[in-house]
Amino acid sequence: MPDTFLDSTELVLNMGPQHPSTHGVLRVILKLDGEKILGTDCVIGYLHRGVEKIAENRTYAQFNPYVDRMDYVAAISNGLGYCLAVEKLLNVEAPPRAQAVRVILTELNRIASHLLWLGTHALDIGAITPVFYCFREREEALKIFEQYCGARLTTHAFRIGGLQYETYDGFERDVKEFCAMFPPKVDEYEELLTNNRIWVGRLKGVGVLNGDDCKAYGVTGPVLRAAGVKWDLRKAQPYSGYEKYDFEIPTRENGDTYDRYIVRMQEMRQSVRIMEQAVEAIPAGPILGKVGKVIKPPVGEAYVSIEAPKGELGYYVVSDGSTQPYRVRVRPPSYINLQALDKMVRGALVADVVAVIGTLDIVLGEVDR
Amino acid sequence: MADEQKPGGSEAPAPPFGEGAKPPATPAADAAKPAPPKPAAQPKPPAVMAATPWDSELARAVKERFGERILANSTYLGQNFIVTTLAAAVPVLEYLKLEADFDYLVEITAVDWPKRAERFDLVYIVYSFARNERVRIKTQIADGAEAPTATGVHLTANWLEREVFDMFGIRFAGHPDLRRILMPEDWQGYPLRKDYGILQQDSRWVQENLGIESGQ
Repeated sequence: MPDTFLDSTELVLNMGPQHPSTHGVLRVILKLDGEKILGTDCVIGYLHRGVEKIAENRTYAQFNPYVDRMDYVAAISNGLGYCLAVEKLLNVEAPPRAQAVRVILTELNRIASHLLWLGTHALDIGAITPVFYCFREREEALKIFEQYCGARLTTHAFRIGGLQYETYDGFERDVKEFCAMFPPKVDEYEELLTNNRIWVGRLKGVGVLNGDDCKAYGVTGPVLRAAGVKWDLRKAQPYSGYEKYDFEIPTRENGDTYDRYIVRMQEMRQSVRIMEQAVEAIPAGPILGKVGKVIKPPVGEAYVSIEAPKGELGYYVVSDGSTQPYRVRVRPPSYINLQALDKMVRGALVADVVAVIGTLDIVLGEVDR
Repeated sequence: MADEQKPGGSEAPAPPFGEGAKPPATPAADAAKPAPPKPAAQPKPPAVMAATPWDSELARAVKERFGERILANSTYLGQNFIVTTLAAAVPVLEYLKLEADFDYLVEITAVDWPKRAERFDLVYIVYSFARNERVRIKTQIADGAEAPTATGVHLTANWLEREVFDMFGIRFAGHPDLRRILMPEDWQGYPLRKDYGILQQDSRWVQENLGIESGQ
């Protein structure tokens, strides 16, 4: 037997790009001392499609469907951010009816996105059951999207200046039914997980990122709120009429994986609250503001960001006065949040990486663009 | 999918998509469209951003501290930005972070203006949780010049600067790990430069690594 048999040396382990818990094609190179993580290196770009380059070669309206392909589980949020950015450049605002419908669909999409997160996160950690429940309810949300615009994922629901389509007959009824049906289902998930000993054991104290670290790494969204920073762009810099709705920003103190789970669960309940208020009072009127058939913003630039399910999603759009954007820069929350992975898993165990990637709620389509 | 193949298949739509074809397209569209304002044809749309000076306590404080190195304090569509010299950009970021609570670096990106001597705009966006305020810092950098890194001020800058390097070829002096991030490490060319065509690719890389003649 060689002398080195019991030698302890550093080990480099490749996780991904085909690992099921990396949610797509993320490759993490782990430097290990036994089970302990000494450092990580993320290799990304496998899904890079050059979205920003495509934008420069399409008209403003033509580029609109492309943004759905970034964070494809929250396509409606992507579309909203882009439309708001171009509307800012054009200096127009969507009419009240469009804004109310936008809020309803965006919040419904937030729930759909969080449900996908919850199902896959639990599945990664070994809880098989929640994913079926989550997909059952997510299906109801996707059905509303499908009825509204014919697509379930890459919806292209909004148009620069307002909505792509008028709502269908029974839209309000469907949304109300969803709002009544959904909160008891969240109770059901919580019953399965919140006090489950294995769940708590795998999540508590794992991947801690405190408020100052979050700010230093630019981490936003539920990860930031779980670290005790009460910051949500829907409240801080309201858009699309969010200032009219009464809702709370759930926060927690510890900034660990368990707290991020709790925050997202509460966010789904708050989304239902917003939808209930919005659907009660959808104003009548036009669904499209005063934008010309050819969208041609004056020379200038604008940065507009929204609170997407993953964090701050921003669009920096530069116009040279032509019908095509001169530059579109997307500030993707998943990309920026993923950068904190190294900080979160250093000193933890390999199995914790799975939990932390799950809790960051990244979508590789958005990381790589 | 089908849409993506279109420009390659039929050469017809290629000219409007090509780089540098934009400026001629604008006057043509202008001449074709605005028939009603014919008598008053003189007030042409301004070719530059109609930004107005930005005056506030913060703007004055920054100007006082950095003097000549602040080239302009402007605002456009209610969004404020500071134009600085290249060397002053990171010190301004640091000043804003330490003295004015702008503790969250939202974004670093670049814009390519190939006809300009200082070819790239380098844009930093910072946000202050305490003030609930956003400020952009803009500076210009020539092709081949090195920008100072902001990683010493904001940790977020690491990946953001790597992406700017990857897409535009702007180097950041002092960056701890300046490698490509989205494109393959040995890729040639910088895709978001305006002289990089949308159908262009590193065909040597594609042949060697993917074993096909073309990626299209």
